[in-house]
Amino acid sequence: MFYREAGQFKTDYASDQAVFPILQDRIGLAIIFVIALAIPLAQNDFLTNAVMIPFLIFSLAAIGLNMLTGYTGLLSLGTGAFMGVGAYACYKLTSIFPNVNIVIWIVASGFFAAAVGAIFGLPSLRIKGFYLAIATLAAQFFLEWCFTHIPWLYNYNISAAIEVPQRELFGIIVTGPRATAETRYYIVLAVVIVMTWLASNLVHGRIGRTWMAVRDMDIAAELMGIRLLPTKLLAFAVSSFYCGVAGAMLTFLWYGAAESTVFNINQSFTILFMIIIGGLGSLLGSFLGAALIYILPIVLRFVPAKLGLGLHAATVEHITFMITGALIIFFLIAEPAGLARLWQVGKQKLRVWPFPY
Amino acid sequence: MHLLYMIFIDPFVQMGSAPDLLAQTLWEGLVGGMLYALIALGFVLIFKASGVFNFAQGIMVVFAALTLVGLHDIGLNAFLALGLTIVVMFGLAFAIERTVLRPLINQPDIILFMATFGITYFLIGFGEFVFGGDPKVMVTDDLFLPKGSITYHTLGGIVQLQKLDIAAAIVASIMVAGLAVFFSKTRIGRALRAVADSHSAALSVGISLEQIWVIVWFAAGLVALVTGIFWGARSDVSFALEVIALKALPVLILGGFTSIPGAIVGGLIIGVGEKLGEFYWGPLVGGGTDAWFAYVIALVFLLFRPQGLFGERIIERV
Repeated sequence: MFYREAGQFKTDYASDQAVFPILQDRIGLAIIFVIALAIPLAQNDFLTNAVMIPFLIFSLAAIGLNMLTGYTGLLSLGTGAFMGVGAYACYKLTSIFPNVNIVIWIVASGFFAAAVGAIFGLPSLRIKGFYLAIATLAAQFFLEWCFTHIPWLYNYNISAAIEVPQRELFGIIVTGPRATAETRYYIVLAVVIVMTWLASNLVHGRIGRTWMAVRDMDIAAELMGIRLLPTKLLAFAVSSFYCGVAGAMLTFLWYGAAESTVFNINQSFTILFMIIIGGLGSLLGSFLGAALIYILPIVLRFVPAKLGLGLHAATVEHITFMITGALIIFFLIAEPAGLARLWQVGKQKLRVWPFPY
Repeated sequence: MHLLYMIFIDPFVQMGSAPDLLAQTLWEGLVGGMLYALIALGFVLIFKASGVFNFAQGIMVVFAALTLVGLHDIGLNAFLALGLTIVVMFGLAFAIERTVLRPLINQPDIILFMATFGITYFLIGFGEFVFGGDPKVMVTDDLFLPKGSITYHTLGGIVQLQKLDIAAAIVASIMVAGLAVFFSKTRIGRALRAVADSHSAALSVGISLEQIWVIVWFAAGLVALVTGIFWGARSDVSFALEVIALKALPVLILGGFTSIPGAIVGGLIIGVGEKLGEFYWGPLVGGGTDAWFAYVIALVFLLFRPQGLFGERIIERV
């Protein structure tokens, strides 16, 4: 009824291959863009700083992991460490070359993460599935150890942590303690939009199709002439690039300071939760999963307070854990293909409404 | 040259000059490795019977230990608490089968793997909610676990063996032997192996998958309880053990996902390798190598023998 493509004819190849072929989708996307741009106008620092910035950053990391796990079928538990590589690379780059624009370094740090990711992706040629997941754990723990045991990485700080220096962009302070939440939000938003657009083109194009062929069956893909080594390593590199940029933004545009524990194994698991709950092999799913996993605990923390239940902070924390665990199981049972699939089902229902099918 | 000397010669010179230290390090490695092996054993039991990669095994260890300590703390007799904990572990196995495994039957492996993450989170929250988040001390005296150590004057020095570790080794061996007998001699054990071979073939000869899964998760729960008791007695009982439980993963790689002897041998290799590496080579790079050494051993191993020491050969058909 409201969501119907009747009358929208495709008259050339470009419109046939469009990522959003339906007018209503484009309108919806435009509305989302406007809302995203308008969020800082609400003057709600909590909403901008503690909800939207981390949500967008985690979405970007989830897109990165989704390209590896969802599109190429290579399970990785090293996401946290690859994010860390990005953060530390960005920190070193901006310490050595303080005059270069910080946004350039945030994006450039992704290349360091990509190189490291490609190295740790080498075993993926021989192993896959859970075996590969454990191999990436080696990356996770080894890199985490590097972050604490190589003082050069954190500029020999006494705190053994990254302390984000103040950097300006066209005269506006964008990093460091004096940067406003709005500035940081807009930079994060811009980076995430551009990189999501790139990711969308990547996974819908030739590279994305070779990835999916490898995911569905790598031996068959090889027989069809897809070279496994470059394909798998490219997936690792691109995925780590995204994670690295997300890690750099996490440190520079959200936390403002970060120890190695920020990039520990739990971070990897959190991102993995996001893509499985959101939907493997779906960019939209990365956003939905990040929203659910990141925002849900925040909401849960507020509900008892709003209801006037005087619960102890620790108790709330424990209950949050329980509910998160139960919800993961619930969503897996309700829709193993993730929230993205639920959205598609919902769209289909809207399309045929008021008829059942 | 100096670096090469430090890497290839010096550690062995140290080993030769102080054999008592070497023996002590080896023993510590073996004990640590045994505990890894026990966690890996729980993984293997479940993976064999249901193909589920049970990430929650490490948490089940902590949960079992917490339940035991918690029940003892409210004034129950230690052995009564032990009995009740076994009942709780059975209840857990039953609940997991009902609420998680049964609705997710026939889903891809990664979904089931993910579901065990959900179990992990739930158990962490539940355990801390019920028993509090503070580290607890394991009941040792009331369970008649030995204390103190035996000191040997050999090899030109002293070697200290904790009695607790010896007890752990004995109990673990008995448990593994018991499991081996259970698997090969009893009806249920044979049914279990049948399920491991093929779910559908097992179903067609009248084996109830649901029943087998409850049994196997219960067995894993018992293994977790034993692990928890000895691990808890060595340090304290808290969810910080979770990270240590991840060490069982390289053990699995070394031993193979489906082999019980593999889990044991793999555990011992990892335990000893990690201790020797940290003690003799660790100082070269600033220590703390035991955080990743096991994974690197596993990674190198994977490149040459992906199916593990005792695992079944991985055959892929197009």
